Amino acid sequence: MSEERKETIERDDGNETRRDFLKTMGVATVAGAAALMAGPAEAEAKETFAEWFQTHYALMTDEQKKECIERLETRYSEEFGKKTTVSESPALKGVLFGYALNIQKCIGCRRCVQACVTENNQSRHDPEIQWIRVLKMEKGSFAFSADKLDKGYPETSPIGDYGIQVGGNAYTPVGISGETQHYYQPETVPEKDAFYFPVQCQQCEKPPCVKVCPVRATYRDPNGIVVIDYNWCIGCRMCLLACPYWARRFNWGKPNLPPEEMNPKTHYYGNRPRMRGVMEKCTFCLQRVREGRYPACVEACPVGARKFGNLLDPGSEVRKVLDTKRVFRFKEEYNTFPKFFYFID
Amino acid sequence: MKKMISFVTDFVSYAIKGGAKYYAWLLFLLFFVLVGAYTTFRQLTEGLILIGATDQGMWELYMSNFIFTAHIAAAAVLVVIPAYIYKRKDMKELAVLGEIIALSFVTIGILFIIYHVGRPERMWHFIPGLGYFNIPNSMLDFDVIVLNVYLIVNLVAVFYLLYKKYIGQPINKKYYTPLIYLAVAWGPLIHICTAYVLSSNARMHSWATAVLPFAFLSMAGASGPSLIIIIFLLIRKYTRLQIDDAVIDLFSQIIAWSLGILLLVLSSEYFTELYSSTEHAASIKYNMFGHNGLNAYVPWFWLTMVLIVGSFIMLLIPKIRKSYNRFLPAVCAVVFLVVLFEKPVILVFPAFVPNPLGEYTEYYPTLVEYFNMLFVWAVGFIGLTLLMKGAIGILTGEVRHPDAVEVKGGVK
Repeated sequence: MSEERKETIERDDGNETRRDFLKTMGVATVAGAAALMAGPAEAEAKETFAEWFQTHYALMTDEQKKECIERLETRYSEEFGKKTTVSESPALKGVLFGYALNIQKCIGCRRCVQACVTENNQSRHDPEIQWIRVLKMEKGSFAFSADKLDKGYPETSPIGDYGIQVGGNAYTPVGISGETQHYYQPETVPEKDAFYFPVQCQQCEKPPCVKVCPVRATYRDPNGIVVIDYNWCIGCRMCLLACPYWARRFNWGKPNLPPEEMNPKTHYYGNRPRMRGVMEKCTFCLQRVREGRYPACVEACPVGARKFGNLLDPGSEVRKVLDTKRVFRFKEEYNTFPKFFYFID
Repeated sequence: MKKMISFVTDFVSYAIKGGAKYYAWLLFLLFFVLVGAYTTFRQLTEGLILIGATDQGMWELYMSNFIFTAHIAAAAVLVVIPAYIYKRKDMKELAVLGEIIALSFVTIGILFIIYHVGRPERMWHFIPGLGYFNIPNSMLDFDVIVLNVYLIVNLVAVFYLLYKKYIGQPINKKYYTPLIYLAVAWGPLIHICTAYVLSSNARMHSWATAVLPFAFLSMAGASGPSLIIIIFLLIRKYTRLQIDDAVIDLFSQIIAWSLGILLLVLSSEYFTELYSSTEHAASIKYNMFGHNGLNAYVPWFWLTMVLIVGSFIMLLIPKIRKSYNRFLPAVCAVVFLVVLFEKPVILVFPAFVPNPLGEYTEYYPTLVEYFNMLFVWAVGFIGLTLLMKGAIGILTGEVRHPDAVEVKGGVK
């Protein structure tokens, strides 16, 4: 990694608590005001009732869809105090979205995480939800440690001490467990002797999460993105259990989304505010990519490690990466066929 | 219709009458219902954030207990099988008690699933016609179907038999026998299905194993008859219903050999994982030995193993099997509790460690979670107690329609 690319990310730990406090105060004020201004509870009850009875979005008639979108727009606009649009733009034709990530370039700054949270209206705290986790790995320690090489002892036997090794590297956990962490808090990134491996929804061709969903609340859309109908999800968490990438998140409580930080440009399957007790996950910023824009994480990456495009278009950036770079998929042994590729130059 | 109403009123008025100990037991359960009603309200309004589950360990005490209730519900057919398949005369009367156990525990299990779900008010999405079943892909759908069918089959069978007995008519074997055979086949089925809900997740290394249904069925064979023995011993002591020693002996044999099979299943699982010791063994190793100081489940693991082996050896000794008033109920209580506690501390919580990204997390249940769990258990046990009491009244002939005539082969 060259020095020019090395970026210093200042951490304003001192200010953070103060800012959080102000944020909380802001929420409290708005909530109080909303409580005072709340209209007749009857209208609200009617809305909730209608929402409770609404069917699976894919099964709705055009009229029902329109009604549902209007209801959501009104509710969100009132709740967050700003004009909110809920798009229902359809999937694009002849497009299969793919993503490629250069792990050689990634510096672990987590700007993608920040951009994702801001764009996609995730709950900021209790529960704190982030769709992208950046794993930090020590260089040269992946199931191997140079200073442990001569630790331990080989098993003895009558024909010489050539048995399997006991202790040392042989007692290091294998695979990913124990080798990575995603709660790192350094002063600056990238850290010496570390490399980074961001993980988010891999948008599998054979998604285990879709297979296990008992009510088909989650499914693969025509562009290959795995989406969730937040109003159909019953919150059984089978998908969270099935996902080998730990890419899904559950709204354990009512999401805490400060109105001033809320992104009012939303999509039904994408970043519209979620409710308590439903799943959510990365949708490649569905609300953006269906309009021909890049996902927020691609735009935010300061080192250009993230590439995105149409896998069916031979001229697209992501196809060029697949054709010319050394590419691998994460956890291929699970037979999920991710459309999220990792590569090195 | 009039007979039906008097059946219900007579049944209920007999069931709620009892001695001081009986009322104490019901009041004890009622306490947990009252406290649990408050915690349930809180969970329904504030969400699952009040319980200890996280995105890392997403199955809580509810699901752990649900699996256990499926054990007991499946094992209840062990009372029905000797009576109806092997035609044992001394158990014919008791078969209905087995079905009541199945009925109560399926209900408890379904309640636990409702507590597990994030938005229980949307569970109408499961109703055929209104909602959508993701069949044949989702194992949970199959589980929902088999549990509900089992509930209905047992409900119908219990009601039909008790009602016929109450009005003094012989049962119509043409309807009743197929129903009983269906219940007998369905018992193991609900349990195999529940095991598939777990073992179908390839990323859960300690669940994605072919021995899981066998482990479940053998644990069912151990824990179910333990509860049945305790209940039967209590019935024998406090009611007029007679239960032969031979019946108790049969169940203690079943427990012993279920534990024997369980030991084989567990040892082959642990051997297969630990010999090659690949990534798949990570959660079992964590459970057995801990990881970098995280070892909350280690003592539980070894205690469970010691108690399973110990109970197996104890039950091989005829003297203990025959000690109906001292050692046998004690061993049964141990087996029941071991299998119950095994669920969270061995089967469920350590299975989530490490998570797919290699994170080690320990699970800490919250008070709300404990009280909700106790609420469900208390509701279930109140139902079980009342149903048992009423059924015994009918079986002994204390509850009977005024017009009823004595049927042949009635009460002993």
